Amino acid sequence: MTPFTHLNAKAAPLPMMNVDTDIIIPKQFLKTVKRTGLGVSAFYDIRYNDDGSVRDDFAPAQDAYKGAEILVTGENFGCGSSREHAPWAILDMGFRCLIAPSFADIFYNNSFKNGILPITLPKDQVTQLMQEVQENPDATIEIDLEKQTVTRGNKFSFHFEIDPFRKHCLLNGLDDIGLTLEKSATIRSYEEKRHAEKPWL
Amino acid sequence: MTDTPRTLFQKIWDDHVIERDDNGTCLIHIDRHLVHEVTSPQAFEGLRMAGRPVHALDKTLAVIDHNVSTAPDRLTNLGNEDSRIQIETLRTNCEEFGVQLFDISDKRQGIVHIVGPEQGFTQPGMTIVCGDSHTSTHGAFGALAFGIGTSEVEHVLATQSLIQSPAKSMRITVEGKTAPGVGAKDIILAIIGEIGTAGGTGYVIEYAGQAIRDLSMEGRMTICNMSIEAGARAGMVAPDETTFQYMKGRPMAPKGDHWDMAVKWWKSLATDEGATFDREVVLKAEDIAPIVTWGTTPEDVVPITGSVPNPDDFDDENKQNSARRMLDYMGLTAGTNMTDIKIDKVFIGSCTNGRIEDLRVIADLVKGKKVAANVEAMVVPGSGLVKQMAEDEGIADILKEAGFDWREPGCSMCLGMNPDQLSPGERCASTSNRNFEGRQGKGGRTHLMSPAMAAAAAITGKLTDVRELTE
Ligand code: SF4
Repeated sequence: MTPFTHLNAKAAPLPMMNVDTDIIIPKQFLKTVKRTGLGVSAFYDIRYNDDGSVRDDFAPAQDAYKGAEILVTGENFGCGSSREHAPWAILDMGFRCLIAPSFADIFYNNSFKNGILPITLPKDQVTQLMQEVQENPDATIEIDLEKQTVTRGNKFSFHFEIDPFRKHCLLNGLDDIGLTLEKSATIRSYEEKRHAEKPWL
Repeated sequence: MTDTPRTLFQKIWDDHVIERDDNGTCLIHIDRHLVHEVTSPQAFEGLRMAGRPVHALDKTLAVIDHNVSTAPDRLTNLGNEDSRIQIETLRTNCEEFGVQLFDISDKRQGIVHIVGPEQGFTQPGMTIVCGDSHTSTHGAFGALAFGIGTSEVEHVLATQSLIQSPAKSMRITVEGKTAPGVGAKDIILAIIGEIGTAGGTGYVIEYAGQAIRDLSMEGRMTICNMSIEAGARAGMVAPDETTFQYMKGRPMAPKGDHWDMAVKWWKSLATDEGATFDREVVLKAEDIAPIVTWGTTPEDVVPITGSVPNPDDFDDENKQNSARRMLDYMGLTAGTNMTDIKIDKVFIGSCTNGRIEDLRVIADLVKGKKVAANVEAMVVPGSGLVKQMAEDEGIADILKEAGFDWREPGCSMCLGMNPDQLSPGERCASTSNRNFEGRQGKGGRTHLMSPAMAAAAAITGKLTDVRELTE
């Protein structure tokens, strides 16, 4: 996994609540057996018109936000199905950091596994950030994972919380499976004990 | 630790911790892993690339369900090219890694969350995961069951464990008895209406109270299934006699001495007197009426006796805006009586309501009646065994006689990955769990409700209070 330390990038606004994973990547694109290539299909129904052109009201796909790597959005982002195709699609679209007042659990978890940093900030701070990027599409937002801050020049700087283990894995680009397999002996002895106590399991 | 009163969730959690780090992050053991075709290809690919085997084959079971065709000719016709590739990829992966697979020709094939309980693969006290958010269904047995992403599917395949931080706990108590015509689906829709789609975020919910105890295993599964619709990590009900009765004799359930040992342990799992929850919610069963949704999230509920809400009546400006958008999408006008809303399609099935009990309820209701002329109604049994039972009990004949389309098992129009879909603008009375925009087909309009309510709607051609049909 690619480590995540610092990000200095433009941010795109998506001011919607409850953006579910069906919106992020509709079901017709779940039939892939790969992780890549979903970016063009991300947000399909709210992004494209029937004739395939980009809808004017979908900011993240407008020229002004070209190259944005941060997505600022509303509450309960990523609710619904557990499909990891959602973070894959978002990553493939070019976003490495998401900022919202809240995220749905499974989506939040899946994001980390793909090197995406989901940042939860209080609602008023997200509103401020949203306004800033809507008014200044070129604004550079600085994300510092080590210091846990989201900064816009000298306009504002917000602190965010993150689980220390997740932070550590992101900063170092660590792969969970590799980490866990180092504990094989502990896992084996747990399993043996469990089998002795509850042999039907 | 054993002296402090613990919740059902804490007991299961503690029992599965392999290792805990200083921050409280735990490596937990996973007892059962269910696998399906949509969220597993990239996980198997990862194993293959790293040269890793599946760690515990006896704890892993795969089924094909999401994009399988439900048409009678499906053994020879796998649907479109993408579906075919995904199905064949699962077959190849299961064969290569040695994972047991219930393929389409197998009577036991069906929706993953119906198959697990039916086989006794799902048991109390277990940790159960699947690359699917409705894994919460299995919590009905007093298991800790939750959905995971594909990276975690790979992690479980490789290590039979997961890295997790403990969740907060919530107890939702539904006191008293439900009124006639009100079932499990109405209870859970009422709960989601009460706490909202994000109300359960970060929590594992334990459902308690007489109305929950009174439910069959099928009803409890309906409740736990939709925990994820309230944002919860998992939902659970403490195991009791109802659970043990259901379990006994299932093909993969413990047998002989093991059965007695298991039951003894299962009985010890219930939340201790005096254990505390991070949040408690109490509802009165008698206040719950048959419920339908009007919007595009499962919290947008209204009793069938009510009317389409006015967006201006919501307190929060965001909610007002999203309500306007939802009414526009749903093609509804504020103030319309719910019972005046005409429908085009009825879908009965899914892991929420595709079990035999659900089919018995609808057969009772529609016996000797006919599906309205303006409606196309389909019934998709949750598994091959449910289908078989329904055919043996004469349910299938009653439904066919009434004009329902009787299909092969699978997820079907719950998410419309196969050809079972709504067309733009079509309105559907559905027993599934998600009314998201486009969920059942682009532009499709979904109203969630119980099987009884969906059957009533099929007969009258519009949303209907089922109590009027039974009186
Ligand atoms: S029936 Fe619907 S909710 Fe259940 S597993 Fe299938 S697609 Fe998911």
